[in-house]
Amino acid sequence: MENLIEIKGLRISTLRKKETVRLLDKVDLNIAPGECLGIVGESGCGKSITANSLMGLLPYPLSVTSGTALFNSPKFSEVDLFSCPKEVMRQIRGSEISMIFQEPMTSLDPIFTVEDQMKEALEFHFPNMSEKEKIKRCKDVLRQVNIPRIDQTLKSYPHQLSGGQLQRIMIAIALINSPKLLIADEPTTALDVTIQAQILDLINTLQEEKGASVIMITHDLGVIAETSDRVAVFYSGHIVEEAPVAELFEKPAHPYTQGLLKSIYSLNLEGDTLFSIPGSVPLGGELKPHCRFYDRCEKRQDRCLKGLPALVEIAPKHKCRCFLHSEEEEK
Amino acid sequence: MNNILEVKNLKTYFPVREGVIRKTVGYVRAVDDVSFDVKPRRVFALVGESGCGKSTTGLSVVRLIKPTSGQIIFEGEDLSKLSEEQMRLKRRDMQFIFQNPYASLNPRMNVYQLLAEPLKTHFNLSPKEQDKKILDMLDKIGMTEDQLWRYPHQFSGGQKQRISIARALITKPRFVVADEPVSALDVSIQAQVINLLIALQKEMQLSMVFISHDLNVVRFISQDLAVMYLGSIMERGDTRLIYEHPMHPYSRALLDAVPKLEPGKKQKRSHLKGEVPNPANPPKGCPFSPRCERAKDICFKEKPQLLEYKDRFVACHYPLED
Repeated sequence: MENLIEIKGLRISTLRKKETVRLLDKVDLNIAPGECLGIVGESGCGKSITANSLMGLLPYPLSVTSGTALFNSPKFSEVDLFSCPKEVMRQIRGSEISMIFQEPMTSLDPIFTVEDQMKEALEFHFPNMSEKEKIKRCKDVLRQVNIPRIDQTLKSYPHQLSGGQLQRIMIAIALINSPKLLIADEPTTALDVTIQAQILDLINTLQEEKGASVIMITHDLGVIAETSDRVAVFYSGHIVEEAPVAELFEKPAHPYTQGLLKSIYSLNLEGDTLFSIPGSVPLGGELKPHCRFYDRCEKRQDRCLKGLPALVEIAPKHKCRCFLHSEEEEK
Repeated sequence: MNNILEVKNLKTYFPVREGVIRKTVGYVRAVDDVSFDVKPRRVFALVGESGCGKSTTGLSVVRLIKPTSGQIIFEGEDLSKLSEEQMRLKRRDMQFIFQNPYASLNPRMNVYQLLAEPLKTHFNLSPKEQDKKILDMLDKIGMTEDQLWRYPHQFSGGQKQRISIARALITKPRFVVADEPVSALDVSIQAQVINLLIALQKEMQLSMVFISHDLNVVRFISQDLAVMYLGSIMERGDTRLIYEHPMHPYSRALLDAVPKLEPGKKQKRSHLKGEVPNPANPPKGCPFSPRCERAKDICFKEKPQLLEYKDRFVACHYPLED
């Protein structure tokens, strides 16, 4: 397998009043080694549950109902993350795939010191490592993420540190076992722009130095432009467009992507009104049988109500799900 | 009288208490000597990182927090001299739009009740007049009559923020403080709410203080701008001028940190090192000096004054020249 991870036909469902409600529908994604894949979308479009499903962290009642995610694991060779035994998943999680969560302020445990929380990741995967070695490893990664006063930081509790520092520690914990794949779920949303710039540069350099693959989940197209090589745009539980980052910004094909970019670009132009996409973001679980962007689309036609367009390659490496570009329907 | 609002040397300190008897051991200088004017029918923006005191400034201006000292002159009248009751009546003319529409609307009140509340507080209207005003306002925010009896949980975030805006504007104020009105919303919804806010501001001839950390939104919406850092204004002036030629090193750093929409250029910026210092224990001299690349001896000793320099006000010993 060339790719580090290949996700095929991923479907995630939840239970609502004893009925299954589909949240995510037929998502296919590939990530090459060393590549940074950006996932953009608005709240409720399914980007975070995609990431959590890869880590085996979907909360009840959410579950993966179909699909495979083949991961090229150095330890177990090819593993399907959705069907592998729990013990294998536990070995992979935190060492070969690790994750940076959204809110650093709430995702670290307030009653343990930074040192305890960092060593936890090592203790599980390297039970025979000596105490001295563990501390050395902790200090090494803290140095990589530019934490000042390392000894003092190791002994502090999360409430004694600022948001930017906590996010660095989260990244350090994620990197401590040198993972092959790093999933960053809105790593900078809770942070200020100046701290965001520091964290994004840090993720970029670490990716280059270590050659790890990154999945960058965000709702901010600016963050995507700064970090990603390739982008998948999510809308209402599926991918509507997938393209290399430069192509997506230059030639967005799906009306939703075009609208998003237009509304951001129009902020920089002179004028009285901003371009805006009418309507509201669909709630999770409202999956329509026809094109799901129909209600908000500027270019809608009667055709769009008759079926769900398929995700079709319209240019090399550029896929789009819209009848404007291809008549093919989703089966 | 040129200005609708003049803020002079505003200071808001919060005491830090410690020990069993809660003795005051120091003060957090949330707002430390801030002065600015808001001109009629213009939008004045306050930007800065979290914890820089921009929200406290906004709350102090409408006296939702009592300032420690300083003057707030609204239409020629010093608000700090008014009694509680007089201030309550003044709030008809100066309103506040809160940050998080998910938390600022009472979940037990429907839209009608939410919009009627400010009218009942400030006016003595007949039921007919009240209904007319509510329907007018509803029309302005682009909602329909059948939505009037719904409760906040039945609306999306963008709609809730529209209701918040309607609640603030229904008393026909002349001045509004909007505290991060769009930062809790999805990207595609932000533009809708900003458009609504600008349209209403023009239509009702509002003067506005717009508080935000989103520099793109600020550039679009405001005509005047103040950049705040650690409770003080670092640079103040025409929005476009500051965006094109920031003169304070902090304004420059803040603008540089905004992600550019130019993919493929993984540029290395000269970005800020370190973090905002603790406002309870601010650095001596210029508040920005510990993070400033250009800081010289004097910057660590003496706090620069906000002085007029090339069509704007800058608080820096060595403003950027290019």
